[in-house]
Amino acid sequence: MTALAIEHDTPLRAAAAVARPLTGNEAIARGAWEAGVRVAAAYPGTPSTEILESLATYPREDVHAQWSPNEKVALDVAIGASYCGVRALTAAKHVGLNVAADALMSHAYIGAHGGLVLAICDDPGIHSSQTEQDTRYYARLATVPVLEPADAQEALDYTRLAFDLSERFDTPVIVRSTTRLSHTRTVVRLGERHAPPPRGFTEDPNRNVIMPAMARRRRPFILAREQRLAEYFDGATVTRVEPGDAAIGVITVGTAYAYVKEVLPGASVLKLASSYPLARETIRAFCAAHERVFVVEELEPMIETEVRAMGLAVAGKEFFPRAGELSAEIVRDGFVAAGVLAPRPPAPTFDLEPLVRPPVLCAGCPHIGSYFPLRSGEARVTGDIGCYTLAALQPLAAMDTCVSMGSSIGNAVGMALSGAERKPVVATIGDSTFLHGGIPALMDAVYNQASITVLLLDNRTVAMTGGQDHPGTGRTLRGDATHKVDYEALCRAVGVNWIRRVDSYDLAAGRQTLREAMEYDGVAVVISDRPCVLDPVKIKGPPLTVDAAACTACQSCMNLGCPAITWSEETLEGRHKVQIDPAQCIGCAMCLQVCPTDGIGAGMNA
Amino acid sequence: MNEAAHAIDPAAVAAAPRPTNVLVVGVGGQGVIMVSKVLARLAQRHDLEIKQSEVHGMAKRGGSVFSHVRFGPQVWAPTIPVGEADVLVALEWAEGLRWLPYVDPERGTFIADTKRIVPPFGCTDRRRGATLAYPGTAVADVVGLVPHAYALDAEGMASELGNPRVANTLLLGVLSTVLDFGVGEWREVLAEFVPAGTVETNLAAIETGRAWALDVAARGVLPLAAAPARAPAVDVPTGAVRLDIEAAWCKGCDICVKFCPELCLRLNAERVVELTDPAACTGCRICEWLCPDLALAVRNVASPAEAPA
Ligand SMILES: Cc1ncc(C[n+]2csc(CCOP(=O)(O)OP(=O)(O)O)c2C)c(N)n1
Ligand code: SF4
Ligand code: SF4
Repeated sequence: MTALAIEHDTPLRAAAAVARPLTGNEAIARGAWEAGVRVAAAYPGTPSTEILESLATYPREDVHAQWSPNEKVALDVAIGASYCGVRALTAAKHVGLNVAADALMSHAYIGAHGGLVLAICDDPGIHSSQTEQDTRYYARLATVPVLEPADAQEALDYTRLAFDLSERFDTPVIVRSTTRLSHTRTVVRLGERHAPPPRGFTEDPNRNVIMPAMARRRRPFILAREQRLAEYFDGATVTRVEPGDAAIGVITVGTAYAYVKEVLPGASVLKLASSYPLARETIRAFCAAHERVFVVEELEPMIETEVRAMGLAVAGKEFFPRAGELSAEIVRDGFVAAGVLAPRPPAPTFDLEPLVRPPVLCAGCPHIGSYFPLRSGEARVTGDIGCYTLAALQPLAAMDTCVSMGSSIGNAVGMALSGAERKPVVATIGDSTFLHGGIPALMDAVYNQASITVLLLDNRTVAMTGGQDHPGTGRTLRGDATHKVDYEALCRAVGVNWIRRVDSYDLAAGRQTLREAMEYDGVAVVISDRPCVLDPVKIKGPPLTVDAAACTACQSCMNLGCPAITWSEETLEGRHKVQIDPAQCIGCAMCLQVCPTDGIGAGMNA
Repeated sequence: MNEAAHAIDPAAVAAAPRPTNVLVVGVGGQGVIMVSKVLARLAQRHDLEIKQSEVHGMAKRGGSVFSHVRFGPQVWAPTIPVGEADVLVALEWAEGLRWLPYVDPERGTFIADTKRIVPPFGCTDRRRGATLAYPGTAVADVVGLVPHAYALDAEGMASELGNPRVANTLLLGVLSTVLDFGVGEWREVLAEFVPAGTVETNLAAIETGRAWALDVAARGVLPLAAAPARAPAVDVPTGAVRLDIEAAWCKGCDICVKFCPELCLRLNAERVVELTDPAACTGCRICEWLCPDLALAVRNVASPAEAPA
């Protein structure tokens, strides 16, 4: 094996390095660029989205950065580049790795010809995700190392290191971030780009083609690799003991490190770079040197369980919760409960009315029009993931289920074929979600002759994650024009014969078309067609107004859930009339269609 | 070992240097992130360590937005612990109230715009006499709860300067009297961040905010005139309602069923209208007014007992 540049061989940066404030995600992108990444592919997902958006700001000659229709395709693209001996990156949110897991499992056997790094962002606290899960389980499952930076500087440094480790140990490497790290901005010292020359494709079917015989042969290599990595982490400078009081020792990793430093200044800390494979000998020595040892890690007790299995006595999840995001307060409370810190005087509490302010669909959001006809409850409506999931909440309350990206159509097939659902079944799915995981399910519906309606919400963007492009928008990540998916042709090709397109803002047409679709025996597709009002361009038309004299306070318009419509001060028989906020209203005129008294119009009482 | 003897000396914990903590809160689209970026830039000019943390995601869609800004010689945690914010800057009144427990009870300062952004969820009660679900807490109620409070109609004051959009800069002007950066620095950093055409107004706004805060501090009293009033109580008639249906007059045209905002009417097997859920009927009278055959009528009843079960 050729000697490769590794962390302690090459200084990461010149002494007088340039410093710039970067978020964790921007730092990961910078680290990948400095490491000479050639190909980067991802599907958006909070909190990982900005990694690729940021990489796309580096020169085209340096890096090909792209959106893929889903996380598995993105990882496969990165693997393809790695086969050709160039450095490649994929980024995803934690649940994105569920989708890409199959390719990861195989690639752990195949190994990395060109360095392959997966930047995976967990979402402790479930700020905007469907689940709270710990990516470090995937590292163990796939037997691949996971690096866990504690701040943006480490996010940059560890990403660089990850590429080196990937090539040196012939393995994909996971860099695990969290929402907090990804979205915290700190000043980061930058380095230069050092792109290793491409190694080219190496024809070696015994390595490149996974089959039972090859996998059996590689299995011992993988276990030996795990051991070699553990030894590497034992000797590496990224595994750091910060000595302090011998009575208390804390083993920690990632963002948890910052909370420990905040609440236990001066404590003895073993800061790991990786929770898998573990720097076992360092841990053993650390435990021997301290009377009481705690493990503080966010989410699952990965380190703790393994350290206990080594026969060492440590405390952990009995004091620090498994569920939710850690914070300085929570870590402090844990150490207070453990008798390490003195309790603090309780913080003052205030007896104030709380205000509920959940996220809502935007004023004039086309999803409002798509779901309004489904409010009546005539249909069983399966839902999916995107801005439109908010249609499950009051006042639209027009969605019965939501499982995972692309599930709506498969769920609808199961409902329709269950023999236990008497209402017509309507699957509702966003354009990006459809391209992500909906197409095979649509094929399934036709193939197995389920009678369902599919309402495809074509708002021409991945709105939920901030308005990214996808294969249905006709633009790439770098903004270049490209082929645009033709949904009608696609649906026809898998065997759908009943396809209609409606304007999302035309409520009567939407209702009528959905009725016809539900009566159709077979798979019917209704494409609800209007761009998102926020991305890629902010849409703002002249606002409508309410004629207070005509408004009877029935609040029918408020059933749309448009945030521009709220109560006015005026009442009729004790019920509030409504008003439209001209700053928010975009003039979509959906409320005007719903008003039974012609009380809404352009400049009615202005 | 002796559990009661704390392993870490409380004095050492107390003596650890603490960074300056500023929490900026508001509603999606108000510019919370911009305000926190200005602060971070100021701290960067002093070679301080900075952590600026926010959670994106749902923020865009009208939800609460917050940004933790911490700076000092050394900053560990990215978020400010409860009760340790030196300053809480609220761009919206109810959001300020939400985060009040973060204000340091010994030395913290609360700076809030009294602007109220009422969410649609504040207007969901359809019954007669319903009131807005927005905190009735007034400025006077808050003054005693935190060591220092500044509450001002920043948007109104900004409008007087000719641009309501500089309200945030006005709040920065107030903030500039609390933090240790020089006035000139605030002006320079601000000029980097705001659109070229608005530099003059923004600089005027920072001056106005500063002057207002210095005046308040000098006089030692907060003008309470800017306080948001409680939502006016709604009058007449707050009693219960009852929907009377003259079944014999209904010809099953379905108009009322389609228009009922509460979806509480349906046609029964005989194609005659019936009320599915009396509790859902708000007495809005849409059915009464639309029925071509006058088959439905909303009656005011004195007590819920008179309403149908
Ligand atoms: C497996 C997985 N990948 C990514 C995400 C992040 N995510 C949530 S919704 C969404 C796409 C929404 O796009 P679209 O279906 O077009 O609906 P829109 O938000 O535009 O209404 C994405 C990428 C996720 N939740 N799960
Ligand atoms: S961002 Fe677009 S899709 Fe999402 S709620 Fe707003 S208008 Fe609708
Ligand atoms: S026209 Fe009506 S529904 Fe559309 S944005 Fe304006 S207030 Fe909302």
